[in-house]
Formats: sequence, C-alpha cells, structure tokens
Amino acid sequence: MTPHAWLLLGIYLLVLSVLAQPLGVYLATVVEGRANWAARVGGPIEKLIYRLCGIHPDEAMGWLPYALALLLFNGLGLLAVYALQRLQLWLPLNPQQLGNVNADSAFNTAISFVTNTNWQGYGGETTLSYLTQMLALTVQNFLSAATGIAVAVALMRGFARHSAREIGNAWVDLTRITLYLLLPLSLLLAVALIGQGVIQNFDAYKDVTTLEATHYEAPKLDVGGQPVKDIQGNSVTESRTTPTQTLAMGPVASQEAIKMIGTNGGGFFNANSAHPYENPTPLSNFLQMLAIFLIPAALCHTFGRLVGDPRQGWAILAAMTVLFVIAAVAVMSLEPQGNPLLAALGVETTGGNLEGKEIRFGLADSSLFTAITTAASCGAVNAMHDSFTPLGGMVPLVLMQLGEVVFGGVGSGLYGMLIFAVMAVFIAGLMIGRTPEYLGKKIEAYEMKMTAIVILVTPLLVLGGTAVAVMTASAQAGILNPGPHGFSEVLYAFTSAANNNGSAFAGLSANTPFYNILLGIAMWLGRFVVIAPVLALAGALAAKKRLAETSGTLPTHGPLFVALLIGTVLLVGLLNYVPALALGPVVEHLQLWAGH
Amino acid sequence: MKTLIRPAVTLFILLSLITGLVYPLLVMSIGQVLFPQQAAGSLIEQDGKLVGSRLIGQHFTDPKYFWGRPSATGPYPYNAAASGGSNLGPLNPALKAAVESRVAALRAADPGNTQPVPVELVTASGSGLDPHISPVAAAYQVTRVARTRGLPLETVRDAVAQQTEARQWGMLGEARVNVLELNRTLDRLAANK
Repeated sequence: MTPHAWLLLGIYLLVLSVLAQPLGVYLATVVEGRANWAARVGGPIEKLIYRLCGIHPDEAMGWLPYALALLLFNGLGLLAVYALQRLQLWLPLNPQQLGNVNADSAFNTAISFVTNTNWQGYGGETTLSYLTQMLALTVQNFLSAATGIAVAVALMRGFARHSAREIGNAWVDLTRITLYLLLPLSLLLAVALIGQGVIQNFDAYKDVTTLEATHYEAPKLDVGGQPVKDIQGNSVTESRTTPTQTLAMGPVASQEAIKMIGTNGGGFFNANSAHPYENPTPLSNFLQMLAIFLIPAALCHTFGRLVGDPRQGWAILAAMTVLFVIAAVAVMSLEPQGNPLLAALGVETTGGNLEGKEIRFGLADSSLFTAITTAASCGAVNAMHDSFTPLGGMVPLVLMQLGEVVFGGVGSGLYGMLIFAVMAVFIAGLMIGRTPEYLGKKIEAYEMKMTAIVILVTPLLVLGGTAVAVMTASAQAGILNPGPHGFSEVLYAFTSAANNNGSAFAGLSANTPFYNILLGIAMWLGRFVVIAPVLALAGALAAKKRLAETSGTLPTHGPLFVALLIGTVLLVGLLNYVPALALGPVVEHLQLWAGH
Repeated sequence: MKTLIRPAVTLFILLSLITGLVYPLLVMSIGQVLFPQQAAGSLIEQDGKLVGSRLIGQHFTDPKYFWGRPSATGPYPYNAAASGGSNLGPLNPALKAAVESRVAALRAADPGNTQPVPVELVTASGSGLDPHISPVAAAYQVTRVARTRGLPLETVRDAVAQQTEARQWGMLGEARVNVLELNRTLDRLAANK
C-alpha cells in the first residue's frame, strides 16, 4: 500500500467517526420521539401525515403486527415499482420514449429495490424513464432504507425494554426515519454532489459534435432490423461513422444521494458510480464513501444509547471496524499488483490493475470504495469488480458472504451483527457452562432458533442458487469470462442477491428470465426471511425480565467480547464458503501467477 | 390485519410523493440556482454548438490528438448513452487480444517511441467515458503529438501542464489530465498560429 492509500484510509475513518457519533445520538432522539430541531420543523407535516393515514402514534405494536405492517408496506412498494416500469411508455417524463420494461426484468428490479439490494440486470440510461427513476427507484431507496433502520430500532427496543409486549409503532418509525434522518441528509449530499458536477435535470439526451468523428464496426442489419449473416452463419459487420456523441441526462443527483445514504447502490446509469455524471471528482467519491458508512456507523451509537450503555455500541463498532480495515488493506494492496500477463506485451504494469477503473480515482480510491460498498450492503461501484485481480475481487465476495454485518446495510448491518453477538454469547456460554445472556437478557432455545434461521438462510440461498445455475445450460450461457472466473461470476451474483448487496461481477448477462426470477427470489428471501425472525426475536427479548449483572456475567463491552464477536463472524460467516471460494478466485489466482 | 391496510396504503402514497416528487424537484430547484452549469452536464459550447462535456471523454485515434482510455461501450467507443466497462477478467484471452491490438496501434502511430506503454492507455475504463489520463500517459504521447502538429515539444508540454489537475485537496484521487480540454487547447493553438 502506498503512503497515499494509508493516508486516505486514515482520513476516511477519522472523518467517519467524527460524524457518526453525533448522528447516532441524534437518531436516538428521533426514534424515541424526543424533541429535536427536526421535529420542531417537520412536526406539523408529521402530524398531518398521521391524521391523513389514520395512524395513532401512541399505539405501540407487538412484533407480529409490526412485521405485518412492514411486509404490507413493502408489498405495496413492490407493486408500485413493477407497475411504473411496465407502464412507463405511457407516463410523463420519458423524453427518450424508452419502452415498457419486460415482465421478468421488472419483477427482478421491483424486488431488488424494495429489498435494499439494488441489483441491476438492466442499464439505467437505456431502460428507465425519469419518472420511473424518481417515483419508483428513488422512493424505494428511501423506504427500503427506512424499513431496515426500523427493524434495527425494533431489535434495540427488544434489548432495552423488559416485561413489555410492544416493540414500537412501525408507521411512526418509518415516517420519522424518512422525514428526520434520510431526507435532510440526502438533500445536503445531493446539493454537494451537484456542486461537484453530478447532473440534475429533465432534459432529453444531448447530441454533441465530437472533436474527431468515431469510426466503428457494427453488425449489418437488413430492412427488417435483423442481423445479416453470411453463408457460414457469421454476423456480417459494416463500417460506420458517427460525428456525434449522445450524452444521457436525468435527475441524477437526487437519486445518487439517497443511493449512498441508504446503502442502496442502484446506479442511475449502467456504469454506476464510475460514470462521471454520477461521481465526477475524487471529492464526490469521498463524500459517497462517507455516506455509505455514515448511518450504519451511527446506528451503533444509537444502539448504545437505547440500551443505556454507550460502551455496548462502541464494542459493536470496534468489531466492524477491525474487520473492515483488514478487508480494505487487502484490496488496496492487491490491486496495485497488476496483471502479470500484460507485462509480456510491452505494457508498464507498475501502474497496477486499471482495467475497469477510472483515472480520477486511481487504484487507492477505487479499492477503498470497493471495500466500503461491499462491507456495507451498498453495492454501488466506482470500478468494475469483474476485472479486479482474482484475490482483489475475492475480498468483496467475502465481505458480502460474512452476511453483510461489517457495517452492513442501514439497519440490516446492525441487526445482522447483533444476531452474531447473540451467537457469540451463546458459544461463550457453552464454553463456560452458563446460560448465555446478552444485555441482561437470557438467551434461550427460542432466541437461538431465530438466530439459527437468520444465519443459515443466506448461505443456503447463495450456495443452492449457485449450484442450480452452474448446472443449467441457459444460466451457463450468461457467463462472460471463461474458466474459474466464470464460476466466480455466478457465485458473486447469488452472494450479492441473497445478502442484499447488489454489486456484480457484471460480465454475467443476468437480464434473462432465469437469472431475473431466481435472483429475485433470492433477494426477497434474503431480506424478509431474515427480518421476520429478527422481529420475533425482538418481541421475545422485550417480554423477558432483565437480569441483574453478577460477577459471572460476561462483559460485552470489552476487547475480549470484541475478539469473540470477530471470531464468531469469521467462523460462522466464512467457513460455509471456503470450498466455493477455492473453486473460483483461488484457482484463478494460482493460474494467473503460475510461472511468474 | 384490516387495521393495517389504510395506514399502509395512505402512508405509502404520501411518502412516495414526498421522496419521489417533492424531494427531487427541490434538489433540482436548488441546483438550478446554485450550480446551473453543473446541473446541466458541464457542457462545452463553441460557436453556438454543443461540442462535448468537460466530464465526458471522447474517442481519439488521430495521432495529432492525445488519446484517452480505451472504451468498452457499444456499439461504438465513448457512447455516453450506454456506459459500461469491459468486465473482462485478468485471465480472459479477449483481454490479452484487446491489449495487444491497442499496444500495436500506439506503436504504429509512434514508431520511434520505445518506452513501455502506460497500462491505462491499453486497458478500458469502468464507465467507458473516462475523461482523464494520468500525467505519465500524457508524457508518453507528447513527442508524437508535437511531431505530428509540427509544434515545439515545450509548447505541447506546457499545454499538458496547463490541463493537469493535482490531487483534490492534495490527498483525494490521482493527478490527471483532461484529454478533451487538452486537445481543444492544441486545436486553438493551431488556429492561432
């Protein structure tokens, strides 16, 4: 790692920790409904919303109504996103006259954005109208983020309360989180991004006359628009020239901001945050990286506040940070190694591996972004992960496979990590022969069942889905890169979908009925088969009595517990995937460096 | 369950309107007031005609121009209506073949130049629209451009230096040269000669 890379990582962590702590404290006041500046400004709007919706903000819900409310709310989101895509040709704000999206792609995208995955089988600028981008995708960027945070807050209440039946009011949580947390942060970031050059307009795509005309070969088409084939059946190409370049436009900044703040990651354009209109400068890149971790880090502090012991939040944050730094240093060290095969062609490879990377970000800022976006379940990319060095590309894969708990998605990262914390005290309890407890709550058979479901569902989806895909001919046809890398593309797709990340080894042609449907199912189950048991756990914990701390209690705020938690995440999260990783990136690494 | 339906539907509609219409329109109005140029795409106009964007690269193959990153967009390079990278893995024979032909093209345009080729000039960018190259990749091309244009080396080096941006705030990203701006500067020099 270069001194620049170390400096960048250090400054990033410093700025993040300075911002996350006050935001976490503020968020605690938001979800507790205490007075703060936002409630003073937005209070009338909040009350009006409750009146129009017939919501009684003081009526708290048990875990089951809370879960049903979230499911219903997200189900409506699913319908809305699907419908807007299927009807966009006949709706306004579609200057390019982009057609209605086909059924399987619309199904996949609807699930993708509702589950906070934001996997994209389509290219934004060639597929979606401005109205769809705003009213379908931007909306879900907010609401899926609010859903994740609400679940995390409900689980925190489960730990904080005792002998209680309720874990909060889902409607109130969704409303307050959206109005008082996500909207103000997004507004600030969106304006800052425009200042750096991110576009925000409703203009039709612009044709500009380029300095030099572009000559290219393209498949020859007959009058019916079908490709012409020669006698051998090969496509015939013809030479063409274009004197212009078409610049895609759109309301990008507003979507870009919440895409990062809400760890969504779905790009306005196909190239996502590598596109200069989404991420024009190193500063916009730094702001985007900060935005990804901001709420996941802040939520650790919110947790500490809500359970009445800030040290508990610091311990969770410490475990996340250690795991993240290891991963970030790994990617930032691996990408500069470059591709040894190119050196033989007379290429100066000390420049590192730049295939799929942008010069304004270079190696360090691209690699750090990659670690951040996959540690969190964001999935935005500022470089193409598919073209990373084999081990450099394995790090994002592993970060997702840990279950998206290293900061993770907004809300989902924290509740995922708390599940691992429950697992950790359980393992510790087994070792010393005491009934495990966490934050004064006895962990018993029911809690462990819920924990086991949460931990097992994603590996099952990832490995099962990958296995089905690699045995299916139509799925194999989507693979771009030959050899072990092709297997990695499929493994990455299911890892990303089931863990609700959304980034891709994008060489895989996933916009096919097979992948659209199977990945759609993986995303939905990976989200809601986790959320339901987490809320059930919250309900069970809230009902329990609080135990007094004794000399036999394992303290859960010190370095010992942090180490135990890290060990549990690595052991439980990683071991499932070792054989699969060996077949993909590890073999590819050995092939690449054989003889060098 | 029934008591949940009304709040769910109404709240969904209201929050959709706030986050999907009010919020983007608010961002748009603020953008129009504070940063109209950026919000519209940092467009470059010449003689009343749009000739590009400062942020979006263009495709160059003429030896008198500095060349940018290879672009993997389809159907033609630097298609700013269909961004994307090659997604080729490091072992893919297609990557090797593409790099070989790019090296050959650079060598053919500048036969006297025996320096190793900077890796960024033969590997495709992530967006396919990368507007920049590094100062090293610009230096590699200076002699070719100067010779083709019949300009002194110093003049071309100065033009490169003029279009070079340092790391932002001294620590973010990498130093870079905007290829389109640089080539426009050179064309202006030629026009004024």
